[in-house]
Amino acid sequence: MRVLIIEDDQKTASYLAKALKESGHSAEIAEDGDTGLAAARSAHYDVMIIDRMLPKRDGLSLIRELRAEGCRTPALVLSALGAVDDRVQGLRAGGDDYLAKPFAYSELLARIEALVRRASPEESAARYVVEDLVLDRLSHKVMRGGQPIALQPREYRLLEYLMKNAGQVVTRTMLLENVWDYHFDPQTNVIDVHISRLRSKIDKNYDKTLLHTVRGAGYMIGTSAQ
Amino acid sequence: MRNKLVKTSAFRLSVVYVLVFGLTILGSVVYIHWQAQSFISRNIDDAIDAELKGLAEQYRQGGLGSLTRTVAERSLTPGNSLYLVTDASGRYEAGNLRAVTPELWNVIGRVQFAYRRPSPTGDEMRLAIANVFRLEGGYRLIVGKDIQERREFEALLRHVALWSLLAVAIAGVGGGLMLGRRLLARIDAVTQASDAIVSGGLGGRIPLTGSGDELDRLAAHLNALFDRIEALMTGLREVSDNIAHDLKTPLNRLRNRAEAALRQEQGEAAYREALQDTIEEADGLIRTFDALLNIARLEAGAHSTSFETFNLGDVVREAVELYEPLAEEHGLTMRIDDFGPLPMCGEPRLIAQAVANLIDNAIKYASGEQAGGSGAGLTIAAAESGPVIELSIADRGPGIAEEDRDRVLKRFVRLETSRSQAGSGLGLSLVAAVARLHGGTLKLEDNRPGLKVVMTLPRGETERWQERLAAE
Repeated sequence: MRVLIIEDDQKTASYLAKALKESGHSAEIAEDGDTGLAAARSAHYDVMIIDRMLPKRDGLSLIRELRAEGCRTPALVLSALGAVDDRVQGLRAGGDDYLAKPFAYSELLARIEALVRRASPEESAARYVVEDLVLDRLSHKVMRGGQPIALQPREYRLLEYLMKNAGQVVTRTMLLENVWDYHFDPQTNVIDVHISRLRSKIDKNYDKTLLHTVRGAGYMIGTSAQ
Repeated sequence: MRNKLVKTSAFRLSVVYVLVFGLTILGSVVYIHWQAQSFISRNIDDAIDAELKGLAEQYRQGGLGSLTRTVAERSLTPGNSLYLVTDASGRYEAGNLRAVTPELWNVIGRVQFAYRRPSPTGDEMRLAIANVFRLEGGYRLIVGKDIQERREFEALLRHVALWSLLAVAIAGVGGGLMLGRRLLARIDAVTQASDAIVSGGLGGRIPLTGSGDELDRLAAHLNALFDRIEALMTGLREVSDNIAHDLKTPLNRLRNRAEAALRQEQGEAAYREALQDTIEEADGLIRTFDALLNIARLEAGAHSTSFETFNLGDVVREAVELYEPLAEEHGLTMRIDDFGPLPMCGEPRLIAQAVANLIDNAIKYASGEQAGGSGAGLTIAAAESGPVIELSIADRGPGIAEEDRDRVLKRFVRLETSRSQAGSGLGLSLVAAVARLHGGTLKLEDNRPGLKVVMTLPRGETERWQERLAAE
């Protein structure tokens, strides 16, 4: 995918661009708000990574401007401000996700991949299918190999989120935010326990493992672990 | 000092007061004087007219002889009436006036004049008013009244007015000065005390006189202000001390580890491990930093603007649901008391974080070896009690010794026993900060055995809750 990085710190920007290229994506860098705005207008990108505090034009006003012009490219806001209300401001300005600095690259990559996917039409599919695992979003039923699997409501939402991002890494904080709406780091492995419970229901009695742990990053549902 | 005194509002007020009061007194004295004068003049005129009329009657009926007789008779009665009857040449015929002065002789009608009156201390000059009447044959009848007393009364009135005005002015200005000086002295005391407090590290407080007047109230307000500033300063100092300690130590560890890895040639696996450790150490640092910043922001009250009405019951249930599998994995059962909707006004995300932190703590510390046995578990209860909601999380772990309970809640104070535990160790401080932000409290109690954490949160303004319930 094509990523536009609008970030004034050259080291961060070039590190991000390098890491994205290594992950098989292409990245371009704009070092201030005005250049970033011009770049976003002139070419099509799949996703934008926008630092909140930029020279010439701050990140939030840049997003507001782009959204007003009808640009729908998903945007992830990067910021050193990580409190609850800073986040709300970022999302209100038209950002699609918010990540506080400092962050792990794996977290950023997982989030922008989720953003790109969310922008695609698959998002609104009525059924998510991974191999023989099927999640029906209308009836809220889950089947594997034709066998119904009974899930608790929260387990269902966890699986739904994982399957929506099938084939992509989902981090623990992404799960906390999207499944529990918790915007803080609980510091213990609460999510891991929920995942292992879910795993025991959807994977335990089957030959092929679908729910994988990605070391140092998070989880992924799909045919193979990377 | 003098200049300052004159500038005080108390002095200015008393000057204005003296002016207004003095003018009022002056006005009333002038009015009384004028009224009294015209009243007395009228009386004298009437008396003279009445006597004249009576004597004229005598003259008409009995002629000059009868008149002189009556005049001589009346002259004998003491009083302030004056009489004189003269012939055409001004020679004395009868009356108590001995001589005709030229001003009396040349005038017909009303006249004011001075006359000599014998008294025990010798003759004295007195003022009088008279009516001069010419009779047939050049005779004159003079009827008058002594007005010396009236004059003296008027002079007395003027004196009284002058002196009272003077007294009012002196008392007013003097009182104003005294009041101003008293006020100034007290304000100076307050100013000096606050100067001393500001320059002396915010330690002291302004002494109160105990009178409860407005200056005392002002001093009490200033003291409250100093308390708040001192608390904020102490907080800031604690934050910086803790940043120094909690961030420098792991930073140093991180640096040492990187240095050690660089020092000798190693295989890729060893480097990889060293880098992995570095990342973990950095993550720990970030968490500590976030926690410190969050607490600082909470202490500054930065979130109180985003308060909303929400159901605390739901927040607690969700947190319990999140931690339930983890507790189970640690061999703990979580028991949640049945409670209905608990509406409160606050920041739900912060409350959720606080509740999650408390449960997290309880699981972390209660799942040790001491916590075995049938009673092992967490009990979470919440209930409304008056204007507050009491939320308690009780465990069966080792608990916290009584003497440490207050200390552990103080900002950034950590028990040595918990320093070795995973996490930033700031969880409880954060919970206490969240409780304080909502105007609530956090208390640690003995659960015999174990620890019972009680968070008391005021419900706040939740009147819109009913509307919301109805809308849903």
